[in-house]
Amino acid sequence: MSVDSATVRRIARLARIAITDEEAARLETELSGILDWVAQLDELNTSNVEPMTRVEAMSMKKRKDEVTDGFCADDIVKNAPEVDDHFFVVPKIVE
Amino acid sequence: MTDLTDLTIADARDALRDKSFSAEELAQAHLDAVDAANAGINAYVLPTPQRALEMAKASDARLAKGEGGALEGIPLGIKDLFCTRDVRTTACSHILDGFTPPYESTVTANLWGQGAVMLGKLNNDEFAMGSSNETSYYGDVVNPWRREGSDAKLVPGGSSGGSSAAVAARLCLGATATDTGGSIRQPAAFTGTVGLKPTYGRCSRWGIVAFASSLDQAGPITRSVRDAAIMLNVMASHDPKDTTSADVPVPDFEAAVGKGVKGLTIGIPKEYRVEGMAPEVEALWQQGIAWLKDAGANIKEVSLPHTKYALPSYYIVAPAEASSNLARYDGVRYGLRETGSDVTSMYENTREAGFGAEVKRRILIGTYVLSAGYYDAYYLKAQKVRTLIKRDFDQAFEGVDAILTPTTPSPAFGVGEKSGDPLEMYLNDIFTVTVNMAGLPGVSIPAGLSSEGTPLGLQLIGRAFDEETLFRAGQVIEDAAGPMAKPQDWWSKGA
Repeated sequence: MSVDSATVRRIARLARIAITDEEAARLETELSGILDWVAQLDELNTSNVEPMTRVEAMSMKKRKDEVTDGFCADDIVKNAPEVDDHFFVVPKIVE
Repeated sequence: MTDLTDLTIADARDALRDKSFSAEELAQAHLDAVDAANAGINAYVLPTPQRALEMAKASDARLAKGEGGALEGIPLGIKDLFCTRDVRTTACSHILDGFTPPYESTVTANLWGQGAVMLGKLNNDEFAMGSSNETSYYGDVVNPWRREGSDAKLVPGGSSGGSSAAVAARLCLGATATDTGGSIRQPAAFTGTVGLKPTYGRCSRWGIVAFASSLDQAGPITRSVRDAAIMLNVMASHDPKDTTSADVPVPDFEAAVGKGVKGLTIGIPKEYRVEGMAPEVEALWQQGIAWLKDAGANIKEVSLPHTKYALPSYYIVAPAEASSNLARYDGVRYGLRETGSDVTSMYENTREAGFGAEVKRRILIGTYVLSAGYYDAYYLKAQKVRTLIKRDFDQAFEGVDAILTPTTPSPAFGVGEKSGDPLEMYLNDIFTVTVNMAGLPGVSIPAGLSSEGTPLGLQLIGRAFDEETLFRAGQVIEDAAGPMAKPQDWWSKGA
């Protein structure tokens, strides 16, 4: 399975990574190579195989739906590149 | 005082209790070694000398009162994937520039709770994606080992290359590491150290920067099997903050060391005899079989027929999960931000500048295999192949107690030798990745030297939650192989 340059650009857009024309050309080759290599899985018939979801039979733990943490807004915004009071600041979204 | 850095954790623990030296002296000896070595080896991305000395002094106070935990005063290095409160944690990525977590990972909290001393944060491949520690934003780590008669730089393996290099070069007594496809065991094999990946769920993943959540697991890198058992005893715990952390008792792993392998059956998987494997690796494998046999184990050939599909399915599952986990790095809440004309271009510019080439490659592969219309053909297919891989192991373990394989198909390679071809680099993990796909425990034990004079490792694979058998069999290999040679010190200033 090979990917073309339009597909590379579409994936990069979905992944929110800006790429240059040179990068797109290089990635086209690299991604196609990796996808060709993983295509060997097609040799296996898995129609009657369940997907693996856990290592050991273990039911998903659930916790009580209650507040266990909080009142730490200072900590939460501490590492943000741009903050106004306890809000994260981003470029204007709605005019 | 350089000999203080040459101790095992077990010996240092006993000597600290006997007051042969203080925790502060032990920490200082290591800080001096780090200071002298870091320019050459680049194992530490952030030494924390002040924190180390404060912790060591507190350990001395507890030891003076006859108190102290299982790792009281033991100086450790911490892979930069573990969040450490108020100490910069970046996963060695530019995108996490300056991130200082206001919280502590469960594994490191367990270590500090038992008195361990933090020497600093260790280098790794960016977001743990790599097998040579050449993708770190903070530069390559250099293996303390060199080929005989050569001063060419070798890689220390990856992604836990800072951990393996620091332990081998005596820059800490032990280190934390993480393993998603071989990132503990392969670097351990390349540096003559012991590296153990526990069963998935044995150690909490809470507070560890996530790469591929269904595969990631923390474990120790040390200079002896006993030391790995001592560290794992403290690192392992059931943690309600990680829903995949297993609610099972943590046995006394150290008690298993030395119990021998008499009466155990060790499986030898014929599918691990791969094309292109160095003849000396095959010879070492045969040697390992002979050692275990001499110690009283039965040897049995086993078949793991889906082995060849482990790596290609891994390169669907791991990038898919990574693309999802790494979506959080968007320049809003932490780390790097690049400006853009609107919010989308801000995201795109930030992620373009913040991620390295290998990370981008994996995010894009992951995004592709998860994109509309492809989920069944790739991710679901790969998860089904995982079931087949797991089934192979389940069937093999009906007749054997552990499985012996080489850790890697070849010894450490040179810096730059394989970084041009992603697929060639991925093949490094051919023997280790099956273990992650099945969630099993695996350990790499240094077993000998290659014809180039560099270390080679043997891997033992166990049943889920049966790390004890790995410690038993691992100690037999360690004893039979004899003391591992030390790398020649070329790295210390003035050496």
